[in-house]
Amino acid sequence: MLEIGLSHYLTVAAILFALGICGIFLNRKSVIVILMSIELMLLAVNLNLVAFSAALNDLVGQVFAMFILTVAAAEVAIGLAIVVVYFRNRGSIAVDDINLMKG
Amino acid sequence: MPIASLPNPIPVLPELFLAGVAMALLLLGVFQKAGGKGDDVRSSRLISVLGVITLILTLLLVMTVARGGAVSTFGGMFVTDAFAVYLKVFVLIASALSLVIAEDYLEHQNSARFEYAVLILLATLGMMLMVSANNLISLYVGLELQSLALYVVAAFQRHDLRSTEAGLKYFVLGALASGMLLYGASLVYGFAGTTDFTALATLFAKGQAGAPALGLVIGIVFILVGLAFKVSAVPFHMWTPDVYEGAPTPVTAFFSVAPKLAAVGLLVRVMIGPFGELADQWQQIVVFISIASMALGGFVAINQRNIKRMMAYSSIGHVGYALIGLAVGNQVGVRGILIYMAIYIFMNLGVFTCILCMRRGGAMVEDIDDLAGLSKTHPMLALALAIFMFSMAGIPPLAGFFSKLYIFLAAIEAGLYALAVIGVLTSVVAAYYYLRIIKVMYFDDVTDALDKPVRREIGLVIFGTSAVILLFFLLPGPLLDGAGAAAAALFTG
Repeated sequence: MLEIGLSHYLTVAAILFALGICGIFLNRKSVIVILMSIELMLLAVNLNLVAFSAALNDLVGQVFAMFILTVAAAEVAIGLAIVVVYFRNRGSIAVDDINLMKG
Repeated sequence: MPIASLPNPIPVLPELFLAGVAMALLLLGVFQKAGGKGDDVRSSRLISVLGVITLILTLLLVMTVARGGAVSTFGGMFVTDAFAVYLKVFVLIASALSLVIAEDYLEHQNSARFEYAVLILLATLGMMLMVSANNLISLYVGLELQSLALYVVAAFQRHDLRSTEAGLKYFVLGALASGMLLYGASLVYGFAGTTDFTALATLFAKGQAGAPALGLVIGIVFILVGLAFKVSAVPFHMWTPDVYEGAPTPVTAFFSVAPKLAAVGLLVRVMIGPFGELADQWQQIVVFISIASMALGGFVAINQRNIKRMMAYSSIGHVGYALIGLAVGNQVGVRGILIYMAIYIFMNLGVFTCILCMRRGGAMVEDIDDLAGLSKTHPMLALALAIFMFSMAGIPPLAGFFSKLYIFLAAIEAGLYALAVIGVLTSVVAAYYYLRIIKVMYFDDVTDALDKPVRREIGLVIFGTSAVILLFFLLPGPLLDGAGAAAAALFTG
């Protein structure tokens, strides 16, 4: 019978984190997908922290995860607000269209 | 044992004061009369003036609380030592000055709103928490408080496409950087078992047998990458030119000084404090980042036509020089960084204040060619900008020369000759584009004169910063002593 241990949690979190980073860089469609990828990265970190917290028998990791959840909510609110303002000016939120400044 | 004992509030008093006043000013701003013609400008002026006064009062509080050595509170989460106080003093000066110069620009662009000053106050609060953080959790919370406010001010001109694009880019890359930093923090927590900087330092000082755990090293590298994003060091600099060009000019001025100073301070504290014993693991990375930043800052800026974009590459280069001090990793190196960043904020604020005067027919112009013949139309402005450019290029006896001198001396004393030589060579390259601006101002013919009257407070800021740069060599003592004491505080632990 397979025992689910710390390393399994860490592996899942690492995969989720890598998926989040790939989502930011490979996505060419919409800024909303980028916001989702950022959220995925932060949740991978939370998974890491909670798994470590359980393994170490130490509460600090879970407190840290609570802080991250709260800040992530504020961050997404601001991100969405900026996306809305940008859409009003540009009429599009496709990643390829965010190209006014280059060089 | 009491169920809950109150933490000692004295070391955090400046932060508590700033937080309270920022929220009070937000309320005051909301209750101002709005909607009518000129109402926005009036409330924006009021809150802006009150904001500057608040920052000055906070500065006085910081200096008052500072007497008494290192004190930590909130269960060791927050520490007030000479290092934090030094950085806080300059962060507050930079924030106050950039708030002073912003009002005129915002009124001209029809985007004067009282929220601007409140956001700057909140960002400053975040920076003060960052440089005082003594735990990975308080580090993260301070960093995010600063970043969230900065995302909004970058997009502050919400009807301007370039400003909103700058805000969007800054948000995406800033959030990515925070994610990396957090992932590193989670690994460090997992493999070391604590998030407290003091506990981490004692853990590593004991020295386990053999190399540290691989997970720990990966964690440190992720934290380093996240912070390198925040200080915009190569190869994590790609957001900088776009954000600096797109954001409103006073916001760019603010970005290039206060957050950069705070982020460099944070980077130094994290690397020297908890991870100082593991210097072998991160020193090579810092050396690489430093060389790459100096080289890119020197060469890419040559081709820029937009002066804000040029200043972005210049700031990348300056971070490269400052990081030489971190690569050295001893007390002399840290002292060099602190001197460098303090002088840098005065130079940069001065240059951006001059850029704020570049207005023709009421509209802002940002090309380097628009400065042509400035010496004939605005002799004083041209003289001030020339002083800043000579100082950036490192010509003695201006302050910029001394800042580079202390950094290179630290590198040579530590035997990092390659870093020092590359630093000198790239600063020669960088001198080319700094001196080109002087050439354009003094030797090119006037095409179209810039608008004449310069508002009084802007003139005062230019005068003050150029006086600091010009006369630094007469009285360098206080700054050098302060930086020395701050660096010593970091190393005695």
